[in-house]
Amino acid sequence: MEIPYTVEIRRDTGLNNGKIGIWLFLASEVMLFGALFASYILLRTGAPHWPRGAEHLNVPLATLNTVVLIASSVTMVMAWASLMRHRFGTFRMYMGATILLGGVFLVVKYFEYSAKFEHHLLPSTNNFFAIYFTLTGLHMLHVAGGMAVNAYFWGPGSKLWKTNPAWFANRVEHSGLFWHFVDLVWIFLFPTLYLL
Amino acid sequence: MSSTSEHGSASAAGMTGHDAADIDRHVRIYITVFVALLVLTMVTVAVSYLHLSVPLAVTVALLVATVKGSLVACYFMHLISEKKLIYAVLGLTAFFFAVLLALPVLTHTDGFYIHHQ
Repeated sequence: MEIPYTVEIRRDTGLNNGKIGIWLFLASEVMLFGALFASYILLRTGAPHWPRGAEHLNVPLATLNTVVLIASSVTMVMAWASLMRHRFGTFRMYMGATILLGGVFLVVKYFEYSAKFEHHLLPSTNNFFAIYFTLTGLHMLHVAGGMAVNAYFWGPGSKLWKTNPAWFANRVEHSGLFWHFVDLVWIFLFPTLYLL
Repeated sequence: MSSTSEHGSASAAGMTGHDAADIDRHVRIYITVFVALLVLTMVTVAVSYLHLSVPLAVTVALLVATVKGSLVACYFMHLISEKKLIYAVLGLTAFFFAVLLALPVLTHTDGFYIHHQ
């Protein structure tokens, strides 16, 4: 059975189904991260002492990761814009760069986590590290998930470009919306955990 | 009827109503937003080295993060020109997100009322 309204606009919503679907999903994601941010506020305001993130975490590495993720958002929109310009080769280059930058983010995070584990700083150490590992761990899962979807559109999923370019461009736009959301979450995580 | 036939073209740009000049304008905006995000990241980090008082530091950090987040949402996620239904969904989400963040505050005052009534 063919999926309806992948390209054409539904009269009642004014959107294609993919667009409304991804935004509803992102709305649920806002609530997921919102619950954890609320937990962070509760833990922090209820604690007699709360360390400054910079005392325990690596700010230069996190700043680097912020730049990496912002850059990956730019390459993601450039990948979509390349499809709009009918330049499939350029799309693949930008999409490849987006996936690589996601990989760089995870590698940097791996080094950060390893350094913490070496110093026996674990989620069980205290509430600060518990919420730090929970929030950044969940965020990393999102980065990995976004990379998997983007890799599919870079590779096997890109066959759709030949048969239905408009649908393919929409799918790339929607996976981009997820990727930008992951960037947006990090934009708030970075100062909250590392700088305050 | 698909918009393929509406626009009489199988091109991706034709489908979504973007022409070449439109995309060029988008790309220029993306680059500008990229630079703005980099500058704001440096501002956040620089401010953290000033060792401001906690309430002031929180205010500044969240203010800069909100500006950065808005730039990403408005331009990379194209929310600046989105359909009403998306705004309605996000309006509802924003409301409940605010309720979620207010919960710890309510918990805090709850104790106050228990002990003072």
